[in-house]
Amino acid sequence: MSPAASRPPLIELADVCRVYGSGETEVRALDHTDLVIQQGEFVAIMGPSGSGKSTAMNTIGLLDRPSSGRYLFNGVEVQGLDRDQRALLRRHFLGFVFQGFNLLPRTSALENVELPLIYKGMPRPERIARARAALAKVGLEGREDHDPSQLSGGQQQRVAIARALVGDPMVILADEPTGNLDSHRSHEIMKLLQKLNREDGITIVMVTHEDDVAAYARRLVIFADGRIRSDSAMAERATA
Amino acid sequence: MIWETVRLALLALRRNKLRSALTMLGIVIGVAAVIAMVTVGQGSSRSVAASVESLGTNVLTVRPGGRGFGPGPASSGPTRPFTLRDADALAELPVIAHVSPTVSSLQTVVAGAANMSTSVTGATSGYLAVGGWTVVSGRGFDRSEDRASASVCVIGETVRRTLFGAADPVGRELRAGKVTCEVIGLLQAKGAGAFGQDQDDLVLMPIRTVQRRLLGSENVSSISVALAPEVSSQRGAREIEALMRDRRRIAEGAPNDFNISDRAQIAEVLTGINSVLTGMLSSVAAVSLLVGGIGIMNIMLVSVTERTREIGIRLAVGAEGRQVLTQFLVEAVVLSLVGGIIGVIVGLGLAFGASLYMAIPFAPQAYVVLMAFAFSALIGVMFGFFPARKAARLDPIDALRHE
Repeated sequence: MSPAASRPPLIELADVCRVYGSGETEVRALDHTDLVIQQGEFVAIMGPSGSGKSTAMNTIGLLDRPSSGRYLFNGVEVQGLDRDQRALLRRHFLGFVFQGFNLLPRTSALENVELPLIYKGMPRPERIARARAALAKVGLEGREDHDPSQLSGGQQQRVAIARALVGDPMVILADEPTGNLDSHRSHEIMKLLQKLNREDGITIVMVTHEDDVAAYARRLVIFADGRIRSDSAMAERATA
Repeated sequence: MIWETVRLALLALRRNKLRSALTMLGIVIGVAAVIAMVTVGQGSSRSVAASVESLGTNVLTVRPGGRGFGPGPASSGPTRPFTLRDADALAELPVIAHVSPTVSSLQTVVAGAANMSTSVTGATSGYLAVGGWTVVSGRGFDRSEDRASASVCVIGETVRRTLFGAADPVGRELRAGKVTCEVIGLLQAKGAGAFGQDQDDLVLMPIRTVQRRLLGSENVSSISVALAPEVSSQRGAREIEALMRDRRRIAEGAPNDFNISDRAQIAEVLTGINSVLTGMLSSVAAVSLLVGGIGIMNIMLVSVTERTREIGIRLAVGAEGRQVLTQFLVEAVVLSLVGGIIGVIVGLGLAFGASLYMAIPFAPQAYVVLMAFAFSALIGVMFGFFPARKAARLDPIDALRHE
């Protein structure tokens, strides 16, 4: 048995349903889904649109709440937590990267990265030091004072990644992180995520619909009609 | 954490300068409009009260023609005019202290290269006493000049300024129509009258001079009298009426063919007009406050819609709903306070300027300032707060997806 098996999985969805609307217009986005993700994994989630992959992602990220079933985060049941308790969990354990970057407009890269630390109540000098370090890690030193509008799409996504990792999260959730980027930039972003997974041991869960992006992950989960259709380990892609 | 939130709010305001400025503009306009209008309204009220006081309440004016208010006969048909003999007869009454018969004629007045159009009033020495005028330089008419058509005149401050600049006009000459006269006196400025007319825009000449040389008529258009002290205006009016009916041989029971107006009546009418005006100004002010409020509401609503994504981002990185809400509340409070303060300053400034321009007292009212300020602050905070609360209650994912 591997040592990881001796502690609870980082993420465990058990018999989770997420239903939108009711009656005639009812949409079952997740239909009795079970999914277990261990600490340190790099998981790609694929599937056609409407297959439930984004809902699964938002549920894992505590941005959305399951209609039924259990969600254990690091062995603790979190499906019943209220808004503020879920906000605290996001603050301390989760980082997000979105397809649309979701940076604050007219706000410098440094201040965008600093944002999660403000809500952690960290003193300002320490915040700035850590935000600088995070920007350096994603290769953006010297761009601290640039607004999102002064940065390319790839650079904006790097700022978003820096924001996700600045709080030392256990897991980074990336929802189509390369969806708005050309293939060259996509590979740069994927290499960055791969590096964070390998070198810092950050668990990464990523939704994508591009095969060559998914190829960077070590496990591929494919959704269809709110259920997992296949779940397989992948050969690790060599870093070019 | 609260200071951190205040800092976040100030940063957000600075980042969105245009939006902040527009929101503040709504507050500034609402507050400034109310304060300016009510302050000017109050000032004009006081000004009317003051000019009513300056009219003197023991002055009656007798005019030929039927009962009516204002200049000119109110009844139709020819009216028998007054003459100077009527004025002399009134002067004999013991209840009367001063008599001032007048005629007037609109003339172009010329002195050197300067000229202006003004009303030339034919008056007697009683004019200054009845009207409460003071001569600041030179002298008024003496009794001999009342009866002779002397070529002398007394001018008001506006005429002096226009024709002679800052110089002392006494001893200089001016020409009014066909008549050239020597300026013998300058009247102290009175400012705007009860109807907003310039009281200092006048040239006085002996009444006979105007009658014979400018109008070619013996008529007197009105006779004002100052009653002796302790005489009520009712009693004065009664005695004048009896005398005039007798002189004009009006049969008993027939209506008067002249009218007596009491300044107290004028004062009443003026006060009435003024309270209507003040009421009107107040309603306009209320409407502008409302419009300002709707402006604030609009921008706040638009900005929260626009900022729903921002709220989503903040929630996603771990902000509690309460923290986001506090930030928005602080933003709204800061905008309302700063806008309110600017509005108070602008409003008082406008009112001050308008008061100077209209020559009325500047009458700021603490309660109006407070009320306008409080109302705008309330709207600013309410419409900053409630939409933000709605957004902060959204699921973070819905807020993020908001377009």
